[in-house]
Amino acid sequence: MNGMEQTLRALAERFTGLLGADAVITDPVRLRTYECDGLTAHRAVPGLVVLPDSAEQIAEIVRACVAAGVPYVARGSGTGLSGGALPRTDGVLIVTARMRRVLEIDIPNRRAVVEPGVINLDVTRAVRPYGYYFAPDPSSQQICSVGGNVAENSGGAHCLKYGFTAHHVLACEIVTPDGEIATLRAGGPGYDLLGAFVGAEGTLGITTKITVRLTRLPEAVRTLLAAFDTIEAGGAAVSAIIAAGVVPAAIEMMDALSIEAAEAAVGCGYPPGAGAVLIVELDGPAAEVEHQFAEVERLCRKAGAFEIRVAAGDAERALIWKGRKSAFAAVGRISPAYIVQDGVIPRTALPEVLARIDELSAESGVRVANVFHAGDGNLHPLVLFDDAVPGAAERAEEVSGAILDLCIEHGGSITGEHGVGVDKARYMPRMFNETDLDTMQMVRCGFDPAGLCNPGKVFPTPRLCGEVPGVRRGVHPLVAQGKAEQF
Amino acid sequence: MQTVDALAKVCADVRPGEPEEGVLGVVPRWVAAPADVAEAAEVMRVAAEHGLAVVPRGGETRLDWGLPPHRCDLLVDTRRLDRVVEHAAGDLVVTAQAGLPMRRLAEAVAERGQRLSLDVPLAGSTVGGTIATGAAGPLRLLYGAPRDLVIGITIVRADGRTARSGGKVVKNVAGYDLGRLLCGSYGTLGLIVEATFRLHPLPSACAYVTSPVADAGTAHEAVQAVLHSPVVPSALQCWTSPGQGPALGVLVEGVPDGVAARAAHVADLLGPRAAVAEQAPHGWGAYPDGTTLIEVNAPPASLPDLLGALPPEAAAVWSASGHGHVGLPGQMGAGDVASALAKLRGALAPHDGGAVVCYAPEGVREAIDMWGPVPALSLMRRVKDQFDPDHRLSPGRFAGGI
Repeated sequence: MNGMEQTLRALAERFTGLLGADAVITDPVRLRTYECDGLTAHRAVPGLVVLPDSAEQIAEIVRACVAAGVPYVARGSGTGLSGGALPRTDGVLIVTARMRRVLEIDIPNRRAVVEPGVINLDVTRAVRPYGYYFAPDPSSQQICSVGGNVAENSGGAHCLKYGFTAHHVLACEIVTPDGEIATLRAGGPGYDLLGAFVGAEGTLGITTKITVRLTRLPEAVRTLLAAFDTIEAGGAAVSAIIAAGVVPAAIEMMDALSIEAAEAAVGCGYPPGAGAVLIVELDGPAAEVEHQFAEVERLCRKAGAFEIRVAAGDAERALIWKGRKSAFAAVGRISPAYIVQDGVIPRTALPEVLARIDELSAESGVRVANVFHAGDGNLHPLVLFDDAVPGAAERAEEVSGAILDLCIEHGGSITGEHGVGVDKARYMPRMFNETDLDTMQMVRCGFDPAGLCNPGKVFPTPRLCGEVPGVRRGVHPLVAQGKAEQF
Repeated sequence: MQTVDALAKVCADVRPGEPEEGVLGVVPRWVAAPADVAEAAEVMRVAAEHGLAVVPRGGETRLDWGLPPHRCDLLVDTRRLDRVVEHAAGDLVVTAQAGLPMRRLAEAVAERGQRLSLDVPLAGSTVGGTIATGAAGPLRLLYGAPRDLVIGITIVRADGRTARSGGKVVKNVAGYDLGRLLCGSYGTLGLIVEATFRLHPLPSACAYVTSPVADAGTAHEAVQAVLHSPVVPSALQCWTSPGQGPALGVLVEGVPDGVAARAAHVADLLGPRAAVAEQAPHGWGAYPDGTTLIEVNAPPASLPDLLGALPPEAAAVWSASGHGHVGLPGQMGAGDVASALAKLRGALAPHDGGAVVCYAPEGVREAIDMWGPVPALSLMRRVKDQFDPDHRLSPGRFAGGI
């Protein structure tokens, strides 16, 4: 048994005493269940898994890890798409699945307090009887956890109007990387540490309690589906809607290939022959929605929509959304394997970037299906390949990376909602320079100087913390080993 | 090289500080007004080399907020950094330099039928100052504060290097969001030089529904009725001044037909004394009068307790977003201000709220704790130490002596 195994074994014993045997997993077969999150391309069997039930327990676990110099990673439901919850083989995976209590529903203050393992949609289920809901709606909302939403600053189809998790979290109780319990609150005295914490992908600590803002259910919701001959015509409709001063709750677009896939998978019955479909949803006070909906319909027709379907009720709305929501999985019907990309461009660059993606696809012979949150320029190109063909995965990966370069070139981002995680850390230097990344990591050094809290995520190269700038005392051991760079 | 020569070498506009330019009485040795971001970075680099304590200055509307700096060698005046860098109207995004007055930013984006959905409580304030103080007004209820609208930021660090986070697209989760961290940081983490904001379309119609209310209990009931209605107000304010009972004001924005129907609904909820107008009521969005200004964090249901804890001399403005300001007059002695502050904090603590003093006369400042309890202060100090290890950026201006 090597040193690491000994350390992990000692920790397992300690955690068994703390949490009970049923909350500590050491069996290799069961550990394998946790080897990846929603992005299966990255796998690592965790050294040890614990299932704590309280903030105090998490604080104890973190303190023990820090004392032993062992890295740890928090995990909610494991639905992340960037490997943000990828475990460490030499570390502890802290799973919040047992912390699923809705602690308080406070309608007069329009807020609720939940534990990190609570499922996103369960917050809405709990408060819907009072006329409220939790606005962030990532497509995994039936299984993803609120703690994970906080880590990833999750969005969803409706974030165009309602914003991201960061806009809907009022406070977080966290276990700091020192193993202390602290509360970060928006609008309190001092720095907005909550603002930095949300979206830090679990690298600044572990959320143990979240106060979320609740949003009043809209009086009216109207949804339409518009079919266009070309993606350009659909894009023109999007621009016209935004230019008219309408802020829809959601504007989604699918191209011919993704429509074909959705049709094959779920038979969503979208208008035949469409080169693109647009789904536009408006919500709010009835009088506002009626007026704006008529405007949206008019603008779609003007942009060349050859068919417009208006949902008459919840069932028809669900049918319109069915094709869009099944699009990722549906692509499996037309391709043995695929990469889901997540990039952002300024909305106005949409036609140009889509044309370039077409060219990339034609040049490389790699098919790309396009599904996107058109309202905010968030593209989800699905890069299709056959994993049985040698070299196909590499070619797909190249096209996928080239699409990100396109996004950066047009002033966009390498990720709109899936996060950086381990998957895109290597792309960060294409979007930010060394000083930018160094400055971000100053926050990390403030929170986690030991670098044990979800290490290896977000940043391609760790920053060394404990030094006063300008004072160098020889070469740092990590630099000497080639594991880190100093800048 | 002499410090002043070194500064003059990198920035054309450097001069000695004047006595009236003191930051709460602390007179800067020099004032530098860089012409662009590169010059600002050079000025900060020289300041680092010479160990100068730096305080940024924008429109001077909130320079008297917070505590006096422990020292101030160099005032960096941002007013020449006053360009709209890019208004991408089709993307509803604007990038502006820090010294640009908020009013000019508003005028620039209004030309394309858009607005930055942030009120400007003090005329003359700049983009950088608004971010550095996290300032917002009534629209905060629907649109949030600077932290919710800044999507990208560029700062010059204490060591003179320029760093950027976020970008110019609204949906973006690449890297840490330094923009939110810088909001309300009072110049203690870096010099803000540029920011990108999300914009909204200007509404085609608006209506203000106002009504006096009998007492705190009635105010609370009316606020709750409007909040839980499907009206979606852009703002919901309650204000009170000495000798007058509370009044409520609700702003509804949207298309003309929708606004008319929603305003009527609100008027119904507020009762028979409600009036609807297109113009904002007098003083809408301004801070309450007083020589001591206190910012309160007071969630909706705390309104009766907040109103109940106000001394009779106080004026107050509160938004149903859970934020407000209390003004106390100069006649109140330091001891009276201290006890009023303690009473406010006591009333708000059970609601997870609090009270922070924005500004106060010197004698009052010395008698009170400006910030009150600061949770997670040790984390804040550690973040500060990373950004500014020598404590040269607005030293002592901020919470916990930061």
